[in-house]
Amino acid sequence: MTDTVASSDAAPPTQAQITAEISAIGREGAGSGEPGQQPRLDYPPYRSSLLRHPTQGLHQVDPEGIDLWAPVFGDRDVDPLEADLTVQHRGEPIGERAVVTGRVLDGDGRPVRHQLVEIWQANAGGRYIHQRDQHPAAIDPNFTGVGRCLTDADGWYSFTTIKPGPYPWRNHRNAWRPAHIHFSLFGRELTQRLITQMYFPGDPLFELDPIYQAITDPAARDRLVARYDHDVTQPEWATGYRWDIVLAGGHRTPTEGNGA
Amino acid sequence: MTLPPTPGQTIGPFFGFALPYARDSALVPPTAPGAIRLHGHVYDGAGDPVPDALVELWQAGQDGVVPQEPGSLHRDGYTFTGWGRAATDRAGHYGFSTVAPGATRDGEAPYLAVTVFARGLLDRLFTRAYLPGDDGALAADPLLASMPPERRHTLVARPDNHGFVFDVRLQGEGETVFLHHERH
Ligand SMILES: [Fe+3]
Repeated sequence: MTDTVASSDAAPPTQAQITAEISAIGREGAGSGEPGQQPRLDYPPYRSSLLRHPTQGLHQVDPEGIDLWAPVFGDRDVDPLEADLTVQHRGEPIGERAVVTGRVLDGDGRPVRHQLVEIWQANAGGRYIHQRDQHPAAIDPNFTGVGRCLTDADGWYSFTTIKPGPYPWRNHRNAWRPAHIHFSLFGRELTQRLITQMYFPGDPLFELDPIYQAITDPAARDRLVARYDHDVTQPEWATGYRWDIVLAGGHRTPTEGNGA
Repeated sequence: MTLPPTPGQTIGPFFGFALPYARDSALVPPTAPGAIRLHGHVYDGAGDPVPDALVELWQAGQDGVVPQEPGSLHRDGYTFTGWGRAATDRAGHYGFSTVAPGATRDGEAPYLAVTVFARGLLDRLFTRAYLPGDDGALAADPLLASMPPERRHTLVARPDNHGFVFDVRLQGEGETVFLHHERH
C-alpha cells in the first residue's frame, strides 16, 4: 500500500506517542474526580478535535419551549425493510451476518417508543460507500451499510446487518478504528439527541483508539460495547448482539401540554 | 431508577451517504408563502470552513405551535414537521428553507434550536438561532440576558436578501455560545 499519510511538515505521531497521550490523560482524569462519562470535546490524541472543540465552556440553560419536545417520526418515514441491511441489493453481502438489537430507554428506564434509529457502517472489509473513504479494501456491491427503523412500543430496535471490519485512518501512523456501527438516536426531548458508535466485544483496538478513549471513565466507555447474546443468535442464519441505549434527560411527563 | 447515559461519539467523516436525504433541509419548500432561508457557514478554530459538519434544526411553526407530525424523511410539501438537517458542502456552507418560528410562550423571543455534529467534534453541540427584528423581545430573553453581552450576538442571525445568516464558530474568535441543558 502506498503512503496514505497526509503531507505535513512534521512526521505523523506513532501509535506509541498517541497511546502515551491517552494514558496520561486517563491518569489525570482518574485523580481529578471528573466523571468522564461523556467524551472530552478537547481531546488532543484525536487530532481532528484540536480546532473543533469550543474553549469557552458550555452555557447552562434551563430547557424550555422547543427544547422540551422532539420531532416525531412514523410509518411514513421508514420502510420496515430498511432495518435489514442485507437485503438492499440483488445478492448476499459478504461477511458475518449479525442481528443487532436492544432497547432505547430514558434515564428513568422508560422505553423511548416509536422513535427513529438510524445506523451506518463500513462493510466486512472495513470500507464505507463514501467517496472520501480511500481505504483500498473491496467495495461490496451487495452492501451499502445504511439502515433505519422505528423503536416498537417497548423501545426495542433491531437491525440485521453484516459485522463491519476495522479500518485505517490518518490520525497517526498505523491508526486503526475498532469495528463499530454509527448510531443516531432521538428521544422525547431535543436534549436527548445522540449520535454515537456501537462497538463489538473484545476488540483489541479499544486501548489504541483515541475516539473510544476520549470517554475517560472506563465504565462509561464500556457502555458503548454490545454484548454477544446467544439468545439473539439465530440458528444457521446470524450471530446476535445486544446493545441497550440510555438517552439522558427527558423528564417531561407525557401529560404536560404543548407550551403554545 | 436512574440509568447512566450512553456516551456520545463523533459523527465521523463518513455520514454523507447515510444521514442526508432528499429535501432534508426544506422544512417548507423555498417557494412556499412565508418561506425564509436560514443559512451560514461552520468554521473551526483557525477560521477555516468545516466541510464535514451536519446541522439540524428544530423549531415551532409561525403560530408558535410545536409540531408533532411525522413526515420529515418523506416530505409531502405541505406538512410542517419543524425538523430538518443539512450537511455542510465543500465550502462549509449549509442552508435551510423554513419559516420564522413564533414564540411558544408569551414574552419569549422565538428561536430555532440548532444541533451541530462534525468530524473532529466528539459529541453534539446545542445552540440557538434567534431571529433579529424585535429588539425588545431579544433584550428580555432570559437566556440572552444570562450571557456576557459581548457573546450574545453569536446567537442572533443577521438578515440578508432571502432570510437570515447564522454562522457557527466552533472555537476561537467569535466562538458561538453552546448550551448545556440542566437536568430537569
Ligand atoms: Fe466509522
